[in-house]
Amino acid sequence: MKSLAELQAIKAKMADKVQLREYDENSAIRVVVGMATCGIAAGARPVLSKFVEEVQAKNLSNVMVTQTGCIGICRYEPVVEVMEGTKKTTYIKMTPEKASRVVLEHLVNNKVVEEYTIGAAEKAGE
Amino acid sequence: MVRSHILVCEGTGCTSSNAPAIVKALNDELAANNLQDEVKVVTTGCFGLCALGPIMIVYPEGAFYSRMTPEHIPEIVSEHIVKGRIVKKYLYEETVDTESGVTKSLNETNFYAKQERVALRNCGVINPEDIEEYIAVDGYAALGKVLTEWKPEDVIKCISDSGLKGRGGAGFPTGLKWSLAAKTVADVKYVCCNADEGDPGAFMDRSVLEGDPHAVLEAMAIAAYAVGACRGFIYVRAEYPIAVHRLQIAIDQAREYGLLGENIFGTGFNFDVELRLGAGAFVCGEETALMTSIGGNRGEPRPRPPFPSEKGIFDIPTMNNNVETYANIPQIILKGADWFASMGTENSKGTKVFALGGKIKNTGLVEIPMGTTLREIVEDIGGGVPDGKLFKAAQMGGPSGGCIPASLIDTKVDYESLAAVGAMVGSGGLIVMDEDNCMVDIAKFFLEFTVDESCGKCTPCRIGTRRLLEYLEKITDGKATMQDLEDMEALCYHIKSNSLCGLGQTAPNPVLSTLRYFRDEYIAHIEEKRCPAGVCKKLVQYVITDKCIGCTKCARNCPVNAINGTVKQLHEIDQVKCIKCGACVDGCKFGAIIKK
Repeated sequence: MKSLAELQAIKAKMADKVQLREYDENSAIRVVVGMATCGIAAGARPVLSKFVEEVQAKNLSNVMVTQTGCIGICRYEPVVEVMEGTKKTTYIKMTPEKASRVVLEHLVNNKVVEEYTIGAAEKAGE
Repeated sequence: MVRSHILVCEGTGCTSSNAPAIVKALNDELAANNLQDEVKVVTTGCFGLCALGPIMIVYPEGAFYSRMTPEHIPEIVSEHIVKGRIVKKYLYEETVDTESGVTKSLNETNFYAKQERVALRNCGVINPEDIEEYIAVDGYAALGKVLTEWKPEDVIKCISDSGLKGRGGAGFPTGLKWSLAAKTVADVKYVCCNADEGDPGAFMDRSVLEGDPHAVLEAMAIAAYAVGACRGFIYVRAEYPIAVHRLQIAIDQAREYGLLGENIFGTGFNFDVELRLGAGAFVCGEETALMTSIGGNRGEPRPRPPFPSEKGIFDIPTMNNNVETYANIPQIILKGADWFASMGTENSKGTKVFALGGKIKNTGLVEIPMGTTLREIVEDIGGGVPDGKLFKAAQMGGPSGGCIPASLIDTKVDYESLAAVGAMVGSGGLIVMDEDNCMVDIAKFFLEFTVDESCGKCTPCRIGTRRLLEYLEKITDGKATMQDLEDMEALCYHIKSNSLCGLGQTAPNPVLSTLRYFRDEYIAHIEEKRCPAGVCKKLVQYVITDKCIGCTKCARNCPVNAINGTVKQLHEIDQVKCIKCGACVDGCKFGAIIKK
C-alpha cells in the first residue's frame, strides 16, 4: 500500500459488494420482483438482474432489491412492486429495458413511470 | 451480478455444529439451480447467538435462519432464493412477529436490541479471510489516518481521552500504558497482543480473532506507530486452530497489500507482525509469563519490576494489550475519543464483550455499553434462566473473579461497581447459575482449575491452592468443622497477599466471594452435613418412598445393583453401594424416588 488513495480505490471497488448487507429497514425502498413459476416463465429473472445491476451501478444505498412469490396476477407477469413505506407502485409486464427506466425515473428522480403501471394498463382496458 | 449474499457463521461454535457441511450444501444447491453467479455464499465470524447455531443470514432481506442443517438447504434455496419466499419456520423465532407473522429485523430482537457492537462490529458481517471486505467497511482507514495526518502523541492523546481501559482483566488505562511505553528510550521496541484467553467459559477474544482478525492487526500497527515500535507479536493458544488459521491468512494478506512491512502508505513507517503459538497454559495469560514463553522458555511469571515496558520479549521493551482492547482502537481513531467516551459510565467508558454461559437461554457473545445492569444482561439479552428455574448467582471474571448473588442483580456492570461487590469485569466470562447449583461446588470447580494451572514457581500458589482445594473437598464430603472454615478463610488471604503473579493473587476469589454471599451454604455442609442444592454427592441420599409399586425398573437401571426388592414389593436402596448417579430417579415413572 503506497498511498491512501490506493486504499480508497479498494474501498470504492468493494463498497457495492458489501452494501447488500447494510439493509436499513427505515430508509429502504424495496423493489420486489415476482419470482414464482409464472414470473420466471414470463422472464422475471433478467428483470431482477437488471434491477440489481442498475441499483448497484447507481449506488442507491437506500434501495433493496428482493423477490417474492406469486401475487395472483399471473397474466401481468413479470410484475415488479416498488414499496416506499406504505406507498406501493405496481409495474407490470416488465422487461430489462423497462427496468432501467424505472430505476432512473422512479428510484433516482422519484417520478413514477405511469405508463408501465397496472393502473395505466387497466385504464387502457387491457 | 450478485443480488443476494448468504452469510454463514464459521466461528468455532457453529463450525463444530456442522457449518462447513451447510456451506457445501449451499454451494451445491445453488450450482444445481444455476444461481452461483447471482448468489454469493460468505463465511463469517461469530454472530453471537451461539445457542442457536449454526446460523445463516440471507441478505438483502436479512432473514436470520437458526439451527441449520444441510437437509434444510434445498428447501431454503428453492423457496427463498429462487422464489423469494422466506421459509419462516426455520427463522429465529424472535424475528417473526407471533401475531402478524411479519418478519422483524435482527436489531429489534431482545438479544440484539440492547447491544452496542464496537469490538464485535465486523463479526458476522464480513468474511474474515478477505482483506478487501475489511477495507470496504473502513478497514485500515484508521491506520492511514494516523500515519498520514497524526503525530504519535496525537494517537496517545486520542486513546487517553477515550477513557479506554484494558479489556483483558486488570482494567489498566490503555492511554496511560501507551504513553509510558512511548516514553521508554530504546533503539528497538515491540508491541504484543495477548490472545492467550484461558478463563473457563470465556471466548470473546477467540471470536474477535476468528471474525475480524484485521482489526487486531490494524490496531497493533497503530499502537506500534504511537509508541515507536517496529515489530509485533501475537501470542495465541494452539487450541484455537480457526483463530490461528485466519490470523495467518490476515497477516499474509496484509503483507501482500503492503499494510504490514516496510514503508506503509509511503510514510516510511515499518511494522510487521508474527504469530507465536502457546501450548494453552493459563498462566501464560499473565504478561511476564507470556513474554517468557515467547522467548522460548518455560511459561512462568517473574517479579516486576522490571516491567515489560523496560524488559519484555527477548528483553526488548514491549507493550502488551489484550485482543479486545485492540479491537476497539480503529473505531476510536475513526469516530473520535468523544464518541467512545459517550458510551458507558463516568469511569468505565465504552462497551464490553461478555461470553454468556451456564444456565441461560441465549448462550453466546454479547457486547453491551458499560453500566448495563446484570439484570438486563441475564433477563433481557440472555433470555433468562431456562426451565422456569430461579436465578441464583452469576459468576463473573472466571477463576479470578467472584459471584454476584440474585439480591444484587441490579448491579451495574462496570469496573467500579463490580469491584465493589467483590466480582470483576475480568476478561468477560459470565456464567449464570440457578437454584440447582451448589456454590461450594462452584468454588471447588474453580480451585480445581487453578490447582491444575498453577505454574508452581511460587509456594503460596503451588501449595496454597492445593491446601485450599483440600479444605473445600473436606466441606463437600461433610467432614469439615467450623474451625476448618476459619482456617480456610485465613489461608485465602495468605495466598492473595503472598503469590507472585495475578494467578495466585486472585485464585482465592471464588472462595472468598461465595463465602461472602453464601456462607450459609458452607455452614449447612459443615454443621448439618447437608448440601442445600443437592449437588455434593457425599451429602445426598436417594430414598424410595411408599409410592413405589415394585415395578423393578429402578433395580434394573441401577448400574451397581444397589437396589433390592422383588416384584410388587417396596424397593430399597443400599446406601453403601449407591454411587448417587441418579439413574433410578430418571427412570421412575411414579416419582417414588427422592433425593434427600
